Amino acid sequence: MHGYANPLRFQRIADAVLPWVAVALLVLTPIGLYQALVLAPPDYQQGEAARIMYVHVPAAWLATFTYALIAIASVVALVWRHPLAEVAARAAAPVGAAFTAIALVTGSVWGKPMWGTWWVWDARLTSVLILFFLYLGYIALHDAFEDPARGARAASILALVGAVNLPIIKFSVDWWNTLHQPSSILRLDGPTIAPSMLWPLLTMVVVFKLYLVLVLILRMRGQLAQRQIHNLRARGAAGAGV
Amino acid sequence: MRPFLALLRRDLGLAFRHGAETLLGAIFFTLALSLFPLGVGASADILARIGAGVIWVLALFAVLLTLERLYQSDYEDGSLELMVLAPVPLELLVFAKCLAHWLTSGLLLVAMSPLLALLMALPAEAYWVLPAALLLGTPTLTLIGSIGAALLVGSRRGSALTALLVLPLYIPVLIFGVSAVDGYLMGLGGGAQMGILGAMLLFAMALAPPATAAALRVALE
Repeated sequence: MHGYANPLRFQRIADAVLPWVAVALLVLTPIGLYQALVLAPPDYQQGEAARIMYVHVPAAWLATFTYALIAIASVVALVWRHPLAEVAARAAAPVGAAFTAIALVTGSVWGKPMWGTWWVWDARLTSVLILFFLYLGYIALHDAFEDPARGARAASILALVGAVNLPIIKFSVDWWNTLHQPSSILRLDGPTIAPSMLWPLLTMVVVFKLYLVLVLILRMRGQLAQRQIHNLRARGAAGAGV
Repeated sequence: MRPFLALLRRDLGLAFRHGAETLLGAIFFTLALSLFPLGVGASADILARIGAGVIWVLALFAVLLTLERLYQSDYEDGSLELMVLAPVPLELLVFAKCLAHWLTSGLLLVAMSPLLALLMALPAEAYWVLPAALLLGTPTLTLIGSIGAALLVGSRRGSALTALLVLPLYIPVLIFGVSAVDGYLMGLGGGAQMGILGAMLLFAMALAPPATAAALRVALE
């Protein structure tokens, strides 16, 4: 584990992985979109409007996945004082918040023709809205202190406390009788979604995941570079003082 | 146990000495409530419909308002540092501070809630249901809020950020608190929701002190 704490090694691995991720993303995005918007059949009840699912579902999955990532990174940061874990968690937070916002907005656009309303206060929607505020709180707390290390550690604790919301989001559609439909893919008795719709959906999930990895690497690199500049400046100032 | 009682006595003593400041939450609770009849109209059936929800939301805000005094002044005068360094589990001291905070904030709201139920024209049943639900719910609010207050000790921006951190975590208490009260008032029974409120309290009692203690240690590093 500590082998990967070295920022230089991270840079080397990131440099090696980044082009592959970028190429895969460039290739898969048009394929996924073509499958989702053209090849996949319209839904027998919802018609063409159901195609928004191919954006909504991956965004919602990635919203919770990214939060889980932040929570795990926070545990690693708090327990082992792993410096890269903090950088990764902070880098992932705005991306996760963006995915959550996309899930909420596309869900709203989908809800208008299907449920007849932009928003309902059902358990799934409410818990995802809470998730959005948890992301904002995490980012705000991280940047609320003069000392960045203090902010990072405080935000890690908050991320762990907020993780209680994840199971609530996942099981909200089973525990409460809500307007939001129950899960149709990750079920014990196999997916209830038609294969012709499942494959485009999975492709889009991979596209979203690749995007997350790409942005995460770029943002982590940026933060490490920023830290380096900060250190060099501090050293320069100290040198000038002598 | 002696340090626990000593800290409890100290915090209660401080709260009594700053009487006006301690009562601020309760005063806000009543004052803000009196705005609702003016805002939505004073007809009894509207007030009775929204009464339980309004009182719960205001209880959330009233607790939120008083969170800052939980650790900030101890941080400023240095006594928080002594608590962290003391040869007593910090979790125990956090629990004592939360208990003292609840006795001087949440318990006041519980005691005043029948009066507020009267002002909101709630049926007579609410005079015991509402305090019972608040009795189970407000300690949870203090405990969750204690995490947020500890995370923000010594930060540049105060209360607005506390609200952003703490209110999302308060939402489950609000949902089950309101549905417990409404359940009883509509004759559906709210025993299950009361049970969930109790479960959340037990969870918070187990998890909030260690989380708060961790946050305080980070703050004083």
